[in-house]
Amino acid sequence: MAKAHVTTTVNGDPVEFLCDAEQTLLDVLRDELYLTGSKEGCGSGDCGACSVIVDDRLVCACLMLGVEAEGHSIETIEGMANGDQLHPLQTKFLEHAALQCGVCTPGILVAAKSLLERNPDPTEIEVRYWLAGNLCRCTGYDKIVRAVLDTAQEMRGG
Amino acid sequence: MRYEAPETIEGAVKLLAGGGPRGRVLAGGTDLLVQLRAGMIAPELVVDIKRIDETREIREEGGRLVIGAAVTGAELGEHAAAKAMWPGVVESAELIGSTQIQGRASLAGNLCNASPAADTVPALVAAAAQCRIAGPGGVRRLPVEEVCTGPGQLSLDDGEFVVAFEFPERRPRSADAYLRFIPRTEMDIAVVGAGVNLSFDDSGRCAAARVALGAVAPTVILVEAAGRALVGTECDDAALQNMAAAASAACRPIDDKRGTVEYRTKVAGVLATRAAKIAAQRAKGAR
Repeated sequence: MAKAHVTTTVNGDPVEFLCDAEQTLLDVLRDELYLTGSKEGCGSGDCGACSVIVDDRLVCACLMLGVEAEGHSIETIEGMANGDQLHPLQTKFLEHAALQCGVCTPGILVAAKSLLERNPDPTEIEVRYWLAGNLCRCTGYDKIVRAVLDTAQEMRGG
Repeated sequence: MRYEAPETIEGAVKLLAGGGPRGRVLAGGTDLLVQLRAGMIAPELVVDIKRIDETREIREEGGRLVIGAAVTGAELGEHAAAKAMWPGVVESAELIGSTQIQGRASLAGNLCNASPAADTVPALVAAAAQCRIAGPGGVRRLPVEEVCTGPGQLSLDDGEFVVAFEFPERRPRSADAYLRFIPRTEMDIAVVGAGVNLSFDDSGRCAAARVALGAVAPTVILVEAAGRALVGTECDDAALQNMAAAASAACRPIDDKRGTVEYRTKVAGVLATRAAKIAAQRAKGAR
């Protein structure tokens, strides 16, 4: 079977790639585009380590085919910092030590960014529910939640 | 595996009819991709229906709500008119999975995955929603409760797929509700689910009632006796007890790690009662 030719936007740049119909968006990001920040934890949509934003919706890249990306806009962790300037969430995650092994961190940062774009002033409960699809086996979540709330406050100018 | 994303209903029907039993419909993909990866299915053809406008729209047609097959839980939850008309259906969709899953998962996918524990299906059945099904013979309508015939089994023919869900006209003093029981606060599969849809007359008596249960039989079940127990009453405690007894009596659940037969049977009555109280409360506040 010939590979499909897909035209899309990744982190604001026009990107074209070839892929097999079986390849997930996560496979394409990691193996074809060498954007290895998105991680494969479970491959079944349970852990959120592959979280990316597709047309302003947070999704698991492992639950979407690469060919489905045709014409859509994708944001990954690689697009989060502006050159050497970290996104405020990234800075706060470092300040709060909101990570240990780091495998879940790209997905959690992308998910948290998606939350703060929709809701700049979330409650702790809203943060916890929004991030319920992002599993972390190291931190116990408290530091992550605190880092997100602190970032939100800072970004609101508080 | 071949992937196709037709832009018309006719195009999708043609592909699916030509693909035979090895063709699969793709909407949100949150079940299909998991099954693909696990090797549970090996389709020769996957037909993505999301580029067909009719599957992506939420519309009102002459006072009746129509929800496209591939509309996501997140989109439904953000649709104020849908939420106002069918709060039970919308809350059932919003209960499914994480934020990430909500961004993709669809009503038609939840139905056609044909799990007895699907959350949206009891709410859709209670609402008396019908599927608009396209196929080689044209478009037909089928009540949601007639789509699944067993776990993983559908009554649809080759080449057919669900395009949209059509809801009945909303009467005044009507509302629905959906509740499910899981052992934690979210991100789990229903041990029991209960959808209840009630209409009241202007004297406060129940004029119509539909009660549907999930995860207590091989398919979601419409419990007509439970609905009858409420009609003509004010949904007082005695009527609710009769309804709960009818709901429990209709259960034919399995024993598994999520719950025993006795537990599911008992909880079905309890949940149906609680959902009925919520629906009644909402109906009193509606129009």
